[in-house]
Amino acid sequence: MSYKEKGYIEPEELEKLGLLPPRERLEKGPIVIAECPEEIPCNICVHVCPFKAIKMDKIYEIPRIDWDKCIGCGVCVPQCPGQALFVVDLSKPGQALITLPYEFLPKPEKGMRVTLLNRCGEPVGRGVIVKAWQHDRTWAVTVSVPKDKWLEVRAVWIPEK
Amino acid sequence: MVLSDYRIYEHPILDFRRGRRVKFYYRDKVIEAYEGESILAALYAVGYRVFNRSPKLGLPRGAYCMIGKCSSCLSIVNGVPNTRICIEPVREGTHVEPQEGLADIRMARKQETVETIKVETDLLVVGGGPAGLKAALVAAEQGAEVVLVNDHFVLGGQLVKQTHKFFGSRDYFGGTRGFRIAEILSKKIKEFDNIHVYTNGFAYGYFKGGVVGVAIHGDHPINLLVKAKTIIAAPGAAEKGLDFEGNYLPGVMGAGGAQTLMNQYGVRPGDRAVVIGSGNVGLIIAYQLLQAGVKVEALAEILPRIGGWFVHAAKIRRLGVKILTRHSIVRAIGSERVEKAVLQAYDEHFHPIPGTEKELDVDLVLISIGLQPDTKFFAQAGAVMKWVPEVGGLVPIRTWGQETSVENLFVAGDASGIEEATTAFIEGEIAALSALLKLGLGGKEVEARRGKLIDFLWNEYRMSPVVRRAREGKFKVTVSEEDMEKIRMGEYP
Repeated sequence: MSYKEKGYIEPEELEKLGLLPPRERLEKGPIVIAECPEEIPCNICVHVCPFKAIKMDKIYEIPRIDWDKCIGCGVCVPQCPGQALFVVDLSKPGQALITLPYEFLPKPEKGMRVTLLNRCGEPVGRGVIVKAWQHDRTWAVTVSVPKDKWLEVRAVWIPEK
Repeated sequence: MVLSDYRIYEHPILDFRRGRRVKFYYRDKVIEAYEGESILAALYAVGYRVFNRSPKLGLPRGAYCMIGKCSSCLSIVNGVPNTRICIEPVREGTHVEPQEGLADIRMARKQETVETIKVETDLLVVGGGPAGLKAALVAAEQGAEVVLVNDHFVLGGQLVKQTHKFFGSRDYFGGTRGFRIAEILSKKIKEFDNIHVYTNGFAYGYFKGGVVGVAIHGDHPINLLVKAKTIIAAPGAAEKGLDFEGNYLPGVMGAGGAQTLMNQYGVRPGDRAVVIGSGNVGLIIAYQLLQAGVKVEALAEILPRIGGWFVHAAKIRRLGVKILTRHSIVRAIGSERVEKAVLQAYDEHFHPIPGTEKELDVDLVLISIGLQPDTKFFAQAGAVMKWVPEVGGLVPIRTWGQETSVENLFVAGDASGIEEATTAFIEGEIAALSALLKLGLGGKEVEARRGKLIDFLWNEYRMSPVVRRAREGKFKVTVSEEDMEKIRMGEYP
């Protein structure tokens, strides 16, 4: 079954489309992963990237990240209309950091403990918010996750108090 | 009777800044509402769910489309029957009565003579959604006198309820939330002295000499007769209904109807929903229901694949919403409103598989199986139409410049075939540029601008494989000026 049948994409499909950065690059520092496999007519990410690290010739092509230019700043994360951009940082020992978009209540705050969800909404552990900032009401939440979960965690849920 | 409160006070994206308090009467009850709400939204917010009855069997009718397209909510407002209370604003002291089936016209308020006003204009725009607003602005910028009529009391069409950031090109508001685009365009419209706006105005007919009759509703109803040199009609689309047992029950609603309630008026449409249909509308609404605090039990899609864009599906999947492909609804259960829904699995021939029924505990069944272009205006005007399933059904044949077979009548937006907001903006702009050329208000520059835009629309934007079906559909109803001349003469090329 492909992502169009399931509603979530497998890492193997991302790999096949050339959307996963090489392992050496991942270990060097933060880098964005575009989980945007369909040719949607949209080029917002190309325009918002301060480093001109996202390429697209025609408006409907899938975004191509220049792994050398991207510094994983995350500016694109809350601006992607498809919420398909995630920054992964594997350079720190012990934990991986993931920056993901979040548009729910309660408001995310540094230090909050959150439930980590995988691409099909299954809880896969607990994480801690290390940073949260907003662009036009979409939060970019950076959360620390167990290192082996970097390719799994794609959402967080903040339990209500 | 103690009524409930379905208003949303905290939302991750929207701030509901409610207007002045307004009181009106429903039957003999005083209803407290806020200025800017529609009568239906205000009644829904305090717990009413049944607004009319079917004429023969007396079955309950609830909210369905919320945008004045269906006839589910017809009520008697200040003695006027058949009023669509979903697009009728609340006003202090208004008397609203439910209409039990067909109204008795003899009981209606004494027949008043409505004032008729005649105006002449360069361009009449029917519909204040993305296509209509863009068209009005483009024409006004070049100095045309524009009359804009809109059936809703708020401009913006369906942009007003779109809380997500739009895809697309920066040049056409890509990255901006839909309701913000409506605010930006509506504000811009006000800056032009040469755009004359009539809200609450329903274009009821096209007459000889390019005259359009517009019924303006409200405290001082007007019969507006607009003699226009050119007309751009962009009346949008309506949500399709689905045939299943119990589909009449209040709680079965167009997905867009629920979106209007929660995002435009800040009224929670229910507590637990099932969404039928996985096009972009269904996927987006499932996400927005979660943002409004509504639980989404499942999203069902009868086809083996998700219809909308993958990224929209991924957004709800990672929050745990189940997408059941090869499933649809067979039954809604309840007495005066939906209490349960039954889904069933379907095989590859679309036959239900026995023994796969699943009962869901829901109070909302949201139908998002597609939209249907609203083309009554074109049909009545005599435009040659064609049935094109790829774009939702019957649509007027048009030139590359958006002109229909009725000379000087242009079509733009979803009424020209279902696509989305970016193409509506572009079609609105192309139609306006064509109208300007007809009016003699545009020279070589306008012609070049139009050519560039048509090229971008057809040869770049619509070339995306995910929107190719719509492109193919539109291609079937778009003809050259020469072929359109033949169509006007009665031959079909």
